[in-house]
Amino acid sequence: MPGPMKMRATLAAGYTDVRVLMSHPMETGQRKGPDGKPVPMHFIQNVTVKVNGKTVIEGQTSQAVSRNPVFAFRLKGGQKGDKIEISWRDNEGESNSTEAAVA
Amino acid sequence: MSLDRRRMLRSAGALGALLVAGLLKPLAALAAWNKDAFTAKTVDGALKGLGVAGSEPNGGLTLDAPQIAENGAVVPIEISSSIPGTTSIAVVIEKNPFPLASKFDFMEGALPFVRLNVKMGETSHVRVIATAGGKSYTASKEVKVTIGGCGG
Repeated sequence: MPGPMKMRATLAAGYTDVRVLMSHPMETGQRKGPDGKPVPMHFIQNVTVKVNGKTVIEGQTSQAVSRNPVFAFRLKGGQKGDKIEISWRDNEGESNSTEAAVA
Repeated sequence: MSLDRRRMLRSAGALGALLVAGLLKPLAALAAWNKDAFTAKTVDGALKGLGVAGSEPNGGLTLDAPQIAENGAVVPIEISSSIPGTTSIAVVIEKNPFPLASKFDFMEGALPFVRLNVKMGETSHVRVIATAGGKSYTASKEVKVTIGGCGG
């Protein structure tokens, strides 16, 4: 069960500032667990940002992104009430998404 | 900042409850993952996987990263490009076991800007590659890491 996401989108001077936090272990496959065996890789591979249903950013990520990833993006212009949706998918097929209106 | 954060946490708490209840369905279809580039163990291999043949330095591409990172597990970096027509930005950490950390494609409606936290195994150059109008541009900065972020 993927953990919760947090997102905030606010209007700035000429752009919309979007910040998102995803709960994810982002295991590199190099860390050893308490039993001495390597913890298998488990990380987010795709991040998609949509504005009012239209995809504007497509990100691909590796295990080198920090645990519980935080991203900030900037969108051209924008106005209050625009619907921003961000989703992710990891290497095990788990996914999650969240949406918020620009404040 | 602290006020914003509080508000964000509060609204996120409500959202989290919705998610736990399974009321929001995650999206199924997302873009593919460039396996060749992301599993490459060398910088050259990663660039080849991305289809970047050569890149030239450009002052319009800025990379903001700390000079010294105390904790290699969380190194904040910020990239923005003022090069007209920038369509993608890739982040390569030269000495990581798998150098390519992320790649972002920007479509109409997005500004070529991203901030994220990355892991660094050891002191290394962080290189960013932007693509604009079929050409590639690069900027890089060395980040000294005192505690690595890749092992256990």
